[in-house]
Amino acid sequence: MIDGEEKLPIIRMYHVHKFYGPKKALTDISLEILENEFVLIGGASGAGKTTLLKLIYLGESATEGQVLVDGMNLSRVSRKQIPELRRKLGIIFQDYKLIPDKTAFENVALVLEAAGRHRRYIEKKVKSVLRIAGMDEKAAAFPASLSGGEQQRVAVARAIVGDPKIILADEPTGSLDPDSASKILALLNRYHQKGATLVIATHDQELIRNAGSRVIHLDRGRLDANP
Amino acid sequence: MAKKFLNTITIITMALAVLIVSAFGLFSVNLNELMDKWQHGIRVLVYLKAGVSDDNRRTLEDQIRRLKGVSGIAFISKEEGLARMKERIRILDAILADLDKNPLPDTFEVSLDAAFLEPVRIDEILSAIHKMVSVEEVAYGKVWLSRFTGLMNLFRVAGMAMGGLFIMAAIFIVANTIRLMLYSRQQEIEIMRLIGASDHFIKMPFYIQGLIQGFLGGALGLAVLYGLFSVASIRIGEYLPIGIKGIRYFSPMMILSIMASAMLVGWIGCYLSLKGFLKR
Repeated sequence: MIDGEEKLPIIRMYHVHKFYGPKKALTDISLEILENEFVLIGGASGAGKTTLLKLIYLGESATEGQVLVDGMNLSRVSRKQIPELRRKLGIIFQDYKLIPDKTAFENVALVLEAAGRHRRYIEKKVKSVLRIAGMDEKAAAFPASLSGGEQQRVAVARAIVGDPKIILADEPTGSLDPDSASKILALLNRYHQKGATLVIATHDQELIRNAGSRVIHLDRGRLDANP
Repeated sequence: MAKKFLNTITIITMALAVLIVSAFGLFSVNLNELMDKWQHGIRVLVYLKAGVSDDNRRTLEDQIRRLKGVSGIAFISKEEGLARMKERIRILDAILADLDKNPLPDTFEVSLDAAFLEPVRIDEILSAIHKMVSVEEVAYGKVWLSRFTGLMNLFRVAGMAMGGLFIMAAIFIVANTIRLMLYSRQQEIEIMRLIGASDHFIKMPFYIQGLIQGFLGGALGLAVLYGLFSVASIRIGEYLPIGIKGIRYFSPMMILSIMASAMLVGWIGCYLSLKGFLKR
């Protein structure tokens, strides 16, 4: 693609269709996302952005077609292999998805615990990530006592703590004020600089204009070449 | 709050199951022991008519010895009998000292094979002896004891059936409380899966919880049983025959096995509720 260096695709979709019953969410999607690429997925709400991300982390499986993520063919992934796939990914959800009765620290630490990392490593790593996210002082706070922006920063910290190859973010700035939004983007950008592939689904036109990166447009479930 | 409630219910159910099953067990263990002791001591007393000659006595002894089911026979002269009685019942000493004539008859003490300790067979032996010449009376005060064996067996079967039922109920209730807990934590479980937690990692805390519930339920059940046991043992102690040293609680080994079983019940309950839940 545009990049001069030889970068390999880390996410590939071939003629992917997704139905929810009779309803078509995605139609004939074929795309490639390269290693360390920063890609935005644009489109109005209901265009299929979230569904597209779900197909990558196997929140849903494609009705037709193939999805490949970092060498894994997701149509052939067994139930037991799903955790392996998800540990390659850092996912930031639109609704944060923090566990209410765990502190910010515990929420972030859970990723490493689930990956079977050593206790001391977890302690150190989570602290450092929370510091990067500017949340070190609220490490002991529960999600309910945090503002939306703060919760999102914890969610970002959780997404990057496992050093994933790919970060998927669903409307990471959607419900935030401009100041919080730019902090989140700076955080994600910083991680992208370190080599991660970044895929952000957004309907934020300003973000799309300013990002200066490739944008994949979706329109009612189809790729839109001329938005 | 709801979690606490569910936990409490589970532990109490488990404790009830353990209490009922172990109560049957304890009762059974003690009765068995009691029966054992008694059965070992079962003797048929054959009182001889007064003035039986030594020859006649020896003939009688041979006759009795030849009966099927008789494992031993010992002669107790009336003097010996009196001496034994004095020894056993001290208070009588003074009263007996005043007697100028020994009121006791000569006696054969006949012990029976354990295999013959059944009501019908004992009756056969008793009537056979009774018909013999020179026999005044045959005493076997513990016939009721052997009749009791049948009742005991019935009781044991009933106990096992009830115990089994309660164990199944406990497993069922544990499975359901854990299922309720799973539903209440569905969101959390979903999040854990999304961040790459394996089923194993998600299930582990539930298994640990099941084991802890089993442990606490078992401990509570055994503690309550011990309380009841302590009260009962004081009462029962008053009615026990001489030579039997009161009732016992479970041995440490038994207590360990009961605790292990309760924990196993918790684990099985967990297993059953988790089995279907995490499938998508």
